[in-house]
Amino acid sequence: MKLVVCVGSSCHLRGSRQVVERLRKLIEENKLEDSIEFSGIFCLNRCQADRVSVKLDGKYFSLLPEEVDSFFQDEIMSKK
Amino acid sequence: MRKFDTKIQYLQYRAMTEVSRAAWNNTLQEEILDIPRRIVPGNIPTMRCCVYKERAILAERVKLAMGGDKSNPNVIEVIKIACDECPASGYEVTDSCRGCLAHRCQEVCKKDAITFDSKQKAQIDKTKCIDCGLCAKVCPYNAIQNHTRPCENACSTVKAISMDESMAADIDGDKCIACGACIYQCPFGAIMSKSYLLEAIDIIKSSQNNTKYRVYAIVAPAIASQFKYAKLGQVISGIKALGFHTVVEAALGADMVSASEAKELIEKGILTSSCCPAFVDYVHKNFPKLVDYVSHNLSPMATIAKYIKENDPTAKNIFIGPCTAKKVEFQKPEVAPYIDCVLTFEELQALFDSKDLDIVNMEEDLLDNASYFGRIFARSGGLSDAIVQGVKEIGDADFVAEPVPCNGIAECRRALLMLSRNALKGNLIEGMACEGGCVGGAGILTRGDKNKADVDKHSKIAQEKTITESVSQLP
Repeated sequence: MKLVVCVGSSCHLRGSRQVVERLRKLIEENKLEDSIEFSGIFCLNRCQADRVSVKLDGKYFSLLPEEVDSFFQDEIMSKK
Repeated sequence: MRKFDTKIQYLQYRAMTEVSRAAWNNTLQEEILDIPRRIVPGNIPTMRCCVYKERAILAERVKLAMGGDKSNPNVIEVIKIACDECPASGYEVTDSCRGCLAHRCQEVCKKDAITFDSKQKAQIDKTKCIDCGLCAKVCPYNAIQNHTRPCENACSTVKAISMDESMAADIDGDKCIACGACIYQCPFGAIMSKSYLLEAIDIIKSSQNNTKYRVYAIVAPAIASQFKYAKLGQVISGIKALGFHTVVEAALGADMVSASEAKELIEKGILTSSCCPAFVDYVHKNFPKLVDYVSHNLSPMATIAKYIKENDPTAKNIFIGPCTAKKVEFQKPEVAPYIDCVLTFEELQALFDSKDLDIVNMEEDLLDNASYFGRIFARSGGLSDAIVQGVKEIGDADFVAEPVPCNGIAECRRALLMLSRNALKGNLIEGMACEGGCVGGAGILTRGDKNKADVDKHSKIAQEKTITESVSQLP
């Protein structure tokens, strides 16, 4: 799986660091380092008010930092 | 709206703007010969002996705006016909000498170069004088003056500038570190750096609105001290309006460098910084035995550029900063894979105006990635503070970073001499070739003490307060 978090200025202000830190932890806890290619890009061109842009295998999502766990469960764990 | 400190900057800017405008329009071939006349119309000279010489010099500026002399590997070039061949006689006694009795000048001279004529006026024997300047310092009448060329004075530590057979300034590329101090100091604007504007425009145009590949602007933290007529967010909007995909802070690269350089310092015990390319070049050319002390980290520019390309392999990175030495650095084999082009703030201003972008009327965009510590790299002392912080964050209680911040190449030289004699009072040399640090670089629009204050102000509003936090934002 290819997981890309937008780390551009706009998403950074909306909490991309918290999103990245939480995702990193979840990947580690679930030992998915080998199956998830985790990367960052400066601006996905999907800027949305208050939310951080994330791209998973070509599909776009926009998340609040507190939504990371449910996103991870719904989109990654359940589809492995 | 004051954009430039001097008329020389303005003339360079005009040449660069006209070249860029024509390049965007694909009309450079047709227009190139008309540009000097466009900048100097009419028949009345305002700068030189005649308008023809003024235009001839502008033609040289146009050539430099297009990349300069391709056969000359140095990025700093002398425009020979613009050099006024300033007198370069060294220390001389002027009419102000009163023929006093104290003879402090003679007493202080270690080379016995000073004698007195029948009227008791001092005379300097040029065959003995070594231009140390002690006599000038002690004369109570300031009667001894130094007639050194401003360019040579600017290069007094590096000593790369001399005179050629026609008395024009000449730069020794083997010694030059491309700091650009001479560019600002020459009152006739006879020294310029080569511009890579055409390459930048081509990269942007060929990206076809960032659809073929994305073009990233990596901006130096000194940007917070420039474009004083507009807000920083408007400058970011302007950069995007030129056709860049986005703008990234080189200061985030500085955070990454701080983290790994702090580790390197603890490992090695003694280190010099590696982020100022002019300083690194100076060490290589003048202190080859100290090269191993230079940090193995890439510069902040190259570090963040590497990250961008590792995550977006077709990306093109254009660095925009205050520095002429970066124009050398980006062509080095270890940096070339990551940085595709380097521009200065002066060149960015020319690009804005070549597209008639009125940035003061633009919305404010965002520039937010780096921590306080990454941003203060732009001014002297910032790197030292950042490495001290980095060591603290690693939490090794047994190791204390003792930085020696060197403000300008003369201070760098003194610290390197001490290091070569194992007498350095400290364990980390912060080497910054320009006085004041990057905010005093050769490619800036506006100079002055306020630059440091502006950088500090911008640093304090950073979200991330530690280097660890800042680095952890990247997957």
